[in-house]
Amino acid sequence: MNDFAFVYRGWDTSASPEDMQKTVDLWRAWFKDLEASGHLKDPGLPLDKSGSVIKGTRKLVSDGPFAEAKDVVGGFTLITAQDLQQATDLARGCPILESGGSIEVRPVLPLEM
Amino acid sequence: MQPGEHFFRHEYGRLVASLTRLFGVHNLDLVEDVVQDAFVRALEVWGIRGTPANPSAWLMATARNRALDALRRQRTARKFAPELGRLLDSEGALAATVEELLQPGEFKDDLLRMMFSCCHPSIAENAQVALILHILCGFSVGEVASAFVAKPDAMEKRIQRAKQTLADSKTLFDTRTPREFTARLPSVRRALYLLFNEGYHGASPAAVNAELCREAIRLVTLLLGHPQGAEPATHALAALMCLHAARLPARVGPTGDLLALAHQERTRWDSGLMGQGLKLLQLSATGGELSEYHLEAGIALEHARVARSEDTDWHAIVGLYDALLLKRPSPIVALNRAIAIGERDGAEQGLAAIHAIEARDCLSIYPFYPAALGEFEYRRRCFDDAREYFRAALALARNPMERRYLQRRMAACEAGHLAKQSGLAIEPHPYAQMWRDSLDQLELGLSKL
Repeated sequence: MNDFAFVYRGWDTSASPEDMQKTVDLWRAWFKDLEASGHLKDPGLPLDKSGSVIKGTRKLVSDGPFAEAKDVVGGFTLITAQDLQQATDLARGCPILESGGSIEVRPVLPLEM
Repeated sequence: MQPGEHFFRHEYGRLVASLTRLFGVHNLDLVEDVVQDAFVRALEVWGIRGTPANPSAWLMATARNRALDALRRQRTARKFAPELGRLLDSEGALAATVEELLQPGEFKDDLLRMMFSCCHPSIAENAQVALILHILCGFSVGEVASAFVAKPDAMEKRIQRAKQTLADSKTLFDTRTPREFTARLPSVRRALYLLFNEGYHGASPAAVNAELCREAIRLVTLLLGHPQGAEPATHALAALMCLHAARLPARVGPTGDLLALAHQERTRWDSGLMGQGLKLLQLSATGGELSEYHLEAGIALEHARVARSEDTDWHAIVGLYDALLLKRPSPIVALNRAIAIGERDGAEQGLAAIHAIEARDCLSIYPFYPAALGEFEYRRRCFDDAREYFRAALALARNPMERRYLQRRMAACEAGHLAKQSGLAIEPHPYAQMWRDSLDQLELGLSKL
C-alpha cells in the first residue's frame, strides 16, 4: 500500500445555507466510506483562505488571497491506496467536485534514507 | 449531536438577527457576510473533521469572532450602536460584552425583533415576505426567487431595496415598546399570512410548497411565545395555518397531481396538526375582536370538521365569507364567496354571483377565475361554454399540476358534450373543489400584478 495526499481546491463560498448543509452531509458520508474501507490515513486539516506569501531572495511578503478562489488550497487528507489508479478512483467520489471545486491526487514519497 | 433538517438555514436567521443587534442594522450586509463566512468555515472544518459537539455554539462562536475582527478593523458600528461604541474603546471589555450580548437565551427576542423590523411600513408587503424568507429563514436570494417563481435578478433587486430601507431606518424595531409593538403587530401577522399563502396557494411548480408553510408556522409560533404577540388574532392565524397544513399530506395524490378537496383521502390529514389547529382556535376565542383570521380559520374548520365533503355546511361557509368580505373586500374573497353560493344554491346562482363581482377585471390573470365559471357551466350542462372557460384557464395556469388538472376538466367537458349529444345520462361530477380550495385566501398573486 502507498500513501497519497488529496489536495482540495475551490470551496464554493456562495452556496445557500441549505446547500452547504447538504454538502457537509456529503463530505461526512464520503469520509465515512473512506474510513470504513480502510483508506483513510489522516483526515487532514482545513486551511483558511487568508494568509501571506513570501517570495524571492528579497523575501517580499504579500497578503492573501494569492490566487483565484478556485485555485486556493482549502485543505488536504492523507489516504492509503494500492496505486495512483485506485487513489484517483477514490478521489472521484469527492463532494468538492459537485460544487465547482477540484481535487488533486499526489503520491506521498516514501522517506527512505 | 447531528444537526437536524434545515439546521443551517435556521441558524442563519438566528445568527443574522443576533449579530445585527450587535452591529446595528446599517451593517446588515456586513453581518450577512460574516455569517456566510461562518458557514463556509463549518463546511471546511465539519466536512473534514466531523460535526462539533455543539454545532450551534460552534457557529455562533465562529461568527462572533469574525464579527469582533470586523469591529476592530472598521469601528463604524459604534455610530449606530452607541452602547457598543463606548465599549469598543476598551478592548478588554469588548469580548466580554459581546459574549453577554450573544447569550443563547436572547435569540428568540432577536428573531422577533428582526421579524418586526422586516415589516417596516416603507417596505412593500411582498418585499417584506421576501425579506423574512431571506433573513430569518435563511433562504438564498435564488431560493426565494424560485419559491416566488420570480426572476432571480428581480428578486435580488427587491430584496436589496428592502434591505436598504431597513438600513436607512438606522435602528432595529424596538419590541420592548408596548405601544409600537401593538401598532406593528397586524403587519407582522399579515406578512406571515402571505408567507403561508405563498406556500399553500402559490404558483410554485411544486404546487404545494410545504417548506414555506412550515416556516410560517415556525414564525407564528415564535410570535405566540411573546406575551404581547399572543393576541386572539395571532392565535386565529396560527389556527388557520395548522388547519390548512393538516391537509397538506393529502393535497397531492400519488401521481403528483393536485386533488380536489372532495377527492382527498381524509385519513391522510395530519391529525396532530388538526388537533393543534382546534386548540389554537379555542385560544383565539377570547376578547371581543373577530379578525379576518378568525373568519378564515372558521372556514377552514368547516371543511375540516365534516367526514365527507358532501356534508359540508355551505350555509355556514357563505355566512363566513359574507363577514370576511366586509373585513377585507377583495375580488378573491368575493370569488370564493360566489363559489360557496354556487355550492349552496346551485350553478345558476353561483354564476350570477361571479358575474356580480365588481372588481372582477382584477381576476383576469388568475386561472381559477375562468375555471370557476367553467365548473358552474359544466354543472348546468353547458359543456361547450365550460370547455372554453377551462381552455382560458389553461392558458393562465402557473404550473404543470394546474395544467394537468385543467386538461382533465376539459376532457370531462368533451365527454359530457358527447354524452349529451347521444342522449346518455351524465355522471354528475362530484364536488370539484380543487379550484375552490385553491382560491380561498389567495391574494399574494394579485398583489404582484
